[in-house]
Amino acid sequence: MKFETLTSKIVVVPVDNIDTDQIIPARYLKAISKEGLGEGLFVDWRKNPDGSLNPDFPLNKAEAKGAQILVAGDNFGCGSSREHAPWALVQNGFRAVVSTSFADIFKGNALKNGLLPVIVPPDVHKQLLASSGKTVTIDLAAQTLTLEGGQPVQFPIDGFAKRCLLDGVDELGYMLNQEAAIAAYEAKRVGSINTLQ
Amino acid sequence: MKPSSEAGSRPRTIVEKIWDSHVVTQQPGAPALLYIDLHLSHEVTSPQAFAMLRERGLKVRRPDLTIATMDHSTPTYSLDLPVLDPVGRAQLDAMEKNCKDFGVRLYNRHSDHQGIVHVIGPEQGLTQPGMTLVCGDSHTATHGAFGALAFGIGTSQVGHVLATQCLLQTPSKTYAIRVEGTLKRGVSAKDIILAVIAQIGIGGGTGCVFEYLGSTIRGLSMEERMTICNMSIEGGARAGLVAPDDTTYQYLNGREFAPKGAVWDAALERWKTLPSDEGAEYAKELTLDANTLEPMVTFGTNPGMGIPISGRIPDPASVSNPLEKSDLTKALKYMDLEPGKPLQGHPVNVVFVGSCTNSRISDLRAAASVIKGRKVNPKVRMLVVPGSQQVKHQAEAEGLDKIFREAGADFREAGCSMCLAMNGDQLEPGEYSVSTSNRNFEGRQGKGGRTFLASPLTAAASAITGVVTDVRSLM
Ligand code: SF4
Repeated sequence: MKFETLTSKIVVVPVDNIDTDQIIPARYLKAISKEGLGEGLFVDWRKNPDGSLNPDFPLNKAEAKGAQILVAGDNFGCGSSREHAPWALVQNGFRAVVSTSFADIFKGNALKNGLLPVIVPPDVHKQLLASSGKTVTIDLAAQTLTLEGGQPVQFPIDGFAKRCLLDGVDELGYMLNQEAAIAAYEAKRVGSINTLQ
Repeated sequence: MKPSSEAGSRPRTIVEKIWDSHVVTQQPGAPALLYIDLHLSHEVTSPQAFAMLRERGLKVRRPDLTIATMDHSTPTYSLDLPVLDPVGRAQLDAMEKNCKDFGVRLYNRHSDHQGIVHVIGPEQGLTQPGMTLVCGDSHTATHGAFGALAFGIGTSQVGHVLATQCLLQTPSKTYAIRVEGTLKRGVSAKDIILAVIAQIGIGGGTGCVFEYLGSTIRGLSMEERMTICNMSIEGGARAGLVAPDDTTYQYLNGREFAPKGAVWDAALERWKTLPSDEGAEYAKELTLDANTLEPMVTFGTNPGMGIPISGRIPDPASVSNPLEKSDLTKALKYMDLEPGKPLQGHPVNVVFVGSCTNSRISDLRAAASVIKGRKVNPKVRMLVVPGSQQVKHQAEAEGLDKIFREAGADFREAGCSMCLAMNGDQLEPGEYSVSTSNRNFEGRQGKGGRTFLASPLTAAASAITGVVTDVRSLM
C-alpha cells in the first residue's frame, strides 16, 4: 500500500505498553485468512463483559469516527509477533500509529502493511496525548508530523522502509531478484547448512 | 562460518559473528539480506503466508530447512477425541494441506514428535549453535540458549523466508546481561529472568539482542538456559542467547538432527569460534547478583511488573510519571489488588505448569518434587501440560504423571494450552492463576483472567496451599 501524506483527526489511547494481546486477543487468531480481523481490534477494551460498547473507550467516542491516526503510550505493540495486530488496525482505517517507541516486531509488521509507525520525542508526545480529536498531518517524504496550528516535527524512519512505502516497492519482489546471490551463498555454505534429511 | 580472525582485528560479539557469516548481500540503501538456516512454523502465523505463495505462484525454496508443528490451537485433551472446535480444526486442517502441498515436514497432532515449536526444536537437535533461526512466533528467542541467533517474525516475513530462505534485516545491538553468583535453594532460572525484566522494564531491550553471560549462566543446564532466553522478548529484545560451551555440546550430541561423525567434528570446530571475543563491545550492560535473588512473582499485567515473593505490591502514589502511574493503577484495578499488601497468601483458582518457558522435563520434575506425597488444594484446578509428546513420554517413564494425577492435578497432551488460551484451556473471568508461562497481559489466559507468573516450584507450592506461596516454606 502506497503512503504519501496523510491528514486526519487523531484518536488517543493514553496507555503505555499496549501489547498485541490487547490490540487483538488470541481467540481471533484462528482465522486462516485476513478477513474479519478488524472486529477483534481492542475488543476487550472496546466492549463490556456483556458485549455492549464501553462508551469511555476512546475509539468508541463520536470524535474518533473516521480517525486514521492512533496516538498511544510508550512501547506500543509489545508481546506477540502476530501480524494480525496491524491487519486489525488497518481494517479499522488506521494508516499511522504515533508513540515514543514501538516494539521491534510490531514496527516491522506495521511497515509491511502500509501502517506507519511514527516515533516522536516525549514533549511532542505529551502534546499529542492532550489533543484528541485534533487534526494531524503526516508527510512521509519530508518525515514530518504537524499538529494543526503547530510546527512540523521530524520523525525517523528506515530509508528502505520509506522507499517501499513511498514507491509501493514490493519487498518480496526485491528479494526474489537477489536469487543469484542467494544461490551463490548456498553454494559456499554446502556442508555447513544442516538439512533435515 | 568464518573464524573470528578472518573478519579483521576488531573483537566481535557472538551476535556480530553470526550476523557476519549470514549476510548474503548488502545492497546500498537497503537492509542486509540475511540467510536463514532453519525455519520453524506453526498453524497460527503461517496460513496467510502460504496463501500469499499460492497467489504469486511461488514454491517453498528450502523445504529441507523448514519444519512445522501444531501447538497453539491444538487441544490437550485425549488424542482419541477429534478436534471439537470447528474453527480450530479448520486451522489445523489448513496446516496439513499447506505442508502437504508445499512439501514441508509436519509433526501433526498424532506425531510422537509433536509439541510446542520451541520445545521440539531443541529436543530433536534441530536447534544448533551459530544458526540463524526464525519462526512466526516471538518466543523463538528460546533457541538462543544454543548460541543461535533466533528471533520471531511476522507473517509477511514468514512468506519471505518460505519463498527465499532469507530476510531483509538491519543489525541489532548486543546487550550484555551478566548474572554472577550462586542461586539459593528454591530460586530458579525463571526467577532470574523475571528479576531481569522487573529491573529493565518490558521495553528495556528494544533494538537489542541479549547475550547472557556470567558464572551463574554458565552453571545452568540447557533447559534452564532455554527458560531464560525464552523471555528475552518480554524484556523487549527480539533475541537472547548464551554462547555455546560443553553443556551445549553434550546436550546436542546424539540427538536426531544433530550432525554425526565427521560432520559433527567439523561443526564443533566452527561452534568453538562463536563465543564473543575478549574486548568485544556491548551497547548496554547489566549485572545481576544471583546470591541476592528470591523466587519472583508478577502482580500486574505485564511481565515487568514483578516482585520478590516476600515483597509488597507497589503503590501508584509513589510513582511520579503520570502515564506510569495510570498504568500501574489500571493494572491493579484489573488484577483487583491492593497497593502496599504482600502478594504471598493471595488466593489462587488455577495453577498452570506448561508453555515454552517451563514445560520441559526438568520443569515437570521440579513441580513434581513439590507435589509428591501432597494433595492439590481442593479449591485449585491444576493443569500440567508437557511441552512435547517426548516430554510427556519421559514424564510417564519417570512416573511423574502419577504423582500429578494422584495429587489431583490434570496431566495433559502437549501444546501451548493455557499459555494463550486458544485451544479451550482457559481461565474464567475474574479467576487468578499462578502460571509458569511468560505473559500476564490482560486476558492472556482467558478473557477477564488474572495471571501471576512464577517458576514451576512456586506454581506447585501454590497449588498445594491454594494461595501464592514461597516454595521454601514447603522444602
Ligand atoms: S507456549 Fe505460549 S508463548 Fe510459547 S509458543 Fe505457545 S503460545 Fe507462544
